[in-house]
Amino acid sequence: MPDLNQVASVDEVGVNERVARFCSRSIKKDSKVEALKMVLSMIDLTTLEGQDTPGKVRQLCQKALHLHDAVPGLPHVAAVCVYPTMVGVARRALGDNDIGVASVATAFPSGMAPRQIKLEETRIAVAEGADEIDMVISRGAFLQGEYGFVFDEIAAIKEACGEAHLKVILETGELGTLDRVRRASVLAMHAGADFIKTSTGKIQRAARMPVTLVMLQAIRDYFYETGRMVGMKPAGGISNAKLAVHYLVMLRETLGSAWMTREWFRFGASSLANDVLMQIQKQATGVYQSADYFSKD
Amino acid sequence: MATAADRVPVAKTYKIYIDGKFPRTESGRYFALEDDDGATIANICRGSRKDFRNAVVAARNAFGGWSGTSAYLRGQILYRIAEMLEGRQEQFVAELVQQGLSKRKARNETEAAIDRLIYFAGWSDKYQQVFSSVNPVSSSHFNFSVLESTGVVSIIAPDESGLLGLVSNVAPAIVGGNTVVVLASEKLPLCAISFAEVLHSSDVPGGVVNILTGYRAELTGQFSSHMDVNAVIYCDADAEIAASIQQQAADNIKRVIARVDVDWNKTSAQHPYLIRDTQEVKTTWHPIGS
Amino acid sequence: MHNSPNSLAFNDGWQYAPAPESTDHISLEKQFDLFIGGKFVAPEEGRYFETINPATEEQIASVGLATQTDVDRAVKAARKAFAGPWSKMKAAERGKYIYRIARMLQERSREFAVIESLDGGKPIRESRDIDIPLAAAHFFYYAGWADKLEYAFPGRNVAALGVAGQIIPWNFPLLMAAWKIAPALACGNTVVLKPAESTPLTALKLAEIVQEAGLPPGVVNIVTGAGETGAAIVNHADVDKVAFTGSTEVGRIIQRALAGTSKKYTLELGGKAANIIFADAAIDQAVEGIVNGIFFNQGHVCCAGSRLFVQESAVDEVVRKLKDRMETLIIGDPLDKNTDIGAINSAGQLETIESYLSLGREEGAEMYQSSCAVPERGYWCRPTIFTGVSQSNRIVQEEIFGPVLAIQTFRTLEEGLSKANNTPYGLSGGVWTDKGAKIFKMTQKLRAGVVWANTFNKFDPTSPFGGYKESGVGREGGLHGLDAYLKLEAR
Repeated sequence: MPDLNQVASVDEVGVNERVARFCSRSIKKDSKVEALKMVLSMIDLTTLEGQDTPGKVRQLCQKALHLHDAVPGLPHVAAVCVYPTMVGVARRALGDNDIGVASVATAFPSGMAPRQIKLEETRIAVAEGADEIDMVISRGAFLQGEYGFVFDEIAAIKEACGEAHLKVILETGELGTLDRVRRASVLAMHAGADFIKTSTGKIQRAARMPVTLVMLQAIRDYFYETGRMVGMKPAGGISNAKLAVHYLVMLRETLGSAWMTREWFRFGASSLANDVLMQIQKQATGVYQSADYFSKD
Repeated sequence: MATAADRVPVAKTYKIYIDGKFPRTESGRYFALEDDDGATIANICRGSRKDFRNAVVAARNAFGGWSGTSAYLRGQILYRIAEMLEGRQEQFVAELVQQGLSKRKARNETEAAIDRLIYFAGWSDKYQQVFSSVNPVSSSHFNFSVLESTGVVSIIAPDESGLLGLVSNVAPAIVGGNTVVVLASEKLPLCAISFAEVLHSSDVPGGVVNILTGYRAELTGQFSSHMDVNAVIYCDADAEIAASIQQQAADNIKRVIARVDVDWNKTSAQHPYLIRDTQEVKTTWHPIGS
Repeated sequence: MHNSPNSLAFNDGWQYAPAPESTDHISLEKQFDLFIGGKFVAPEEGRYFETINPATEEQIASVGLATQTDVDRAVKAARKAFAGPWSKMKAAERGKYIYRIARMLQERSREFAVIESLDGGKPIRESRDIDIPLAAAHFFYYAGWADKLEYAFPGRNVAALGVAGQIIPWNFPLLMAAWKIAPALACGNTVVLKPAESTPLTALKLAEIVQEAGLPPGVVNIVTGAGETGAAIVNHADVDKVAFTGSTEVGRIIQRALAGTSKKYTLELGGKAANIIFADAAIDQAVEGIVNGIFFNQGHVCCAGSRLFVQESAVDEVVRKLKDRMETLIIGDPLDKNTDIGAINSAGQLETIESYLSLGREEGAEMYQSSCAVPERGYWCRPTIFTGVSQSNRIVQEEIFGPVLAIQTFRTLEEGLSKANNTPYGLSGGVWTDKGAKIFKMTQKLRAGVVWANTFNKFDPTSPFGGYKESGVGREGGLHGLDAYLKLEAR
């Protein structure tokens, strides 16, 4: 386990200034279209509701496969993200396509369950066909300073994942400071996370650029140190194309070109895709678009 | 002629004051201070370039400690100087009379010098509050400006006011944490050296105040050109000398402070802007965040 | 982490398409006259000089060359305005004129930003987000002082000085004009201002605003020219105050020239600021601070953090991160909104910088430059760092005024501090540490007029700016900046 006291501190004002610089980049023309398509390809199309039904999930999968067939040459999204009970439905709906099925697990979103239950939930989701597991960390334990407990839990889930990729949700909105975000990132990566992810999307403070920057910098430092690439997934609150492109700028200027694929970067979002599609259409036609022309699923 | 019954007075040797010590001038030269009748009052050290150099070294060495001394303690020390001067009033009155002042004027000047020290002692922990600011910048930063001492200050003291003029220029500089090298009045040098003795017995650390006597024509150039002096104060130079001081000061962008035509006897000659003259404004920024 | 081969790639994959700021809303005359007595007038001798775009080496406009006679006319106009309407006007009304200038600058800010970048080579992002808004903010700030001056100096009466002669540099052309003109006017003075010969345009456009704002003729006069014009201002017998921003070398000449006169002066001169990074700092933000400290405005900044001191245990990490960060800096067309580093201001300055690059290598230092592409025409210098240097290297001692950083290490606080202060300059400094007590110790002991702790190169109209030692005399900005333009008298 890493010594979290050795993790460099983070200055919030400096982080915000850096983020403002990313947002001042002007992305136009070809590079905008390229970015928008990249955003689409990185989306984890998500439905995580108590009211989810197989019908709803099948509709979502249909959207994942056919984002907007009126425009040729669009990529499909990276994955659909659902609760464990919906993994089988999603898997069947997506067929042999290379869209992944991601399942939240470990008593999402609170994580308040005994470890055995979390492990069992993970194994079931994987058995149902999940390619990716989005677990939540035990924030209470982390805030108490029980870093060993959190580390062991992540490592155990990672083992339970088998071949499936593990995304570790830090739920940064509950960690309070960027210093803790950085420490939690380091902890998760050392415990075996394939991805680190900001948020469940179930609390008010979801992904924000400053938080994501701190996590990207943690990923970079971990890569410097170990040579292992870890992916990043901001989730929740990224609902428009412009903001998503700012995220790509931030990614490009922090981790470089190697991370600019769905293999290493994801957006956890439900309504982002349509806004991106509208922007792509606008770029193609020169005319601003209406939401009525894009399917809501 | 002294009769057998009379006691032969012990004449005082006036030396210069460098680094808390009283050496003779390294040049070995002197000049005779005479009274109106042409009688020698005392032999005065004719300070040299090297004396000045040594004094600046002493002042520079003392600067770190003195500027870091708490405002409260600097005030206490200035007050202590005043106390010591009060106790030795008669000596200063006598010296001023020896140098041609009336008894009344001599007493007034001595008392005014004591009171001026008290005045500046009181400012030690207040001028910062008067002249500092917190600046409401637009970004997420805490920003404030404070005064810091300029450094080593050379002072060409008023020629016409041997004690009060000297005190009026030294006190605001040192209360603000500077260290000084002073060229005493050429005409009225006696009190300057006696004042050094007062300083010496007043907890003023060695090197904070250094006092030379000598010819202005010889030393003014040194006072204004030395590269390790940060500011030069002159009090009564004619236009040509003033110009040469300013010229030479430019070698290292010294702050040049002219205090000519000041009547040091007036209370209007004391104000905190004299302290501010040898202060730098330092502005510090720090983010406000978590 | 040391010497790890795991490296990041920034130069392939998705790139940003050019995003040039449009220039179609800019009106620029082909020829500019001098602004004297409220009118644009031809220079007496009818001579003009060219101002060029350093990014293209193309001429932008020709600008009047003011001679002694022209300066004389400008000073007379300023004197007349001072003796007449300006000093008779109620202070509150004076303030309203300055507010007007601020507002009109805000309205025309995009136009000014484009012209600033065209004429001086700085990235549009900086002229748009920093130079022009700060210039307007400066006028806004000092406008409010005009009728409140008696509250600024306890126990003193204040009075205007008269005619202020002001000479400004080419690195922040409009901003420096604002720094000079705003407080001068607020304090009731009139001004004769000379912009730098390589960047005269925004000052001349500001003259248009002064005209449109209806200021009494002669309150603001702008004369263009080079060193001789400046000297004519400094030496003019009817100028009461000289304000100069520029090199220490010229500052010294001015201080000498003013010897024997009663002119008040302020000098804002060179610097070689230490930027000190402790191992316990927030390293990623510190790296941003280093970048902002030395690469902001191509390093044409008197307060640039040109000497970097890194605590030994953190130096590998800092240098590695700095190099990666440098790879993401975009150099090129100043009018492109994505440009981070624009053109070097002039051929002469580029030559100076390049001579230091050679010198650094001759001195045995190791030079590293980012790999970004550089346009073929124009004056460019890639972001550059030197390692393996010490205090005795000339590139450590002398102000280069370009995007060139000299990196040294230190072990203890005392060592860092003593190296940082080991310079004749004292304009600014930076400290990066997570420990509060250490910040105060460092900021207190650094002999410099502006100290940035856990940040760098921040400016604000309320914040006094100016140096210790050979970095100058006096302060600009904030309450303290008023002092430069007032006589203080006993009440």
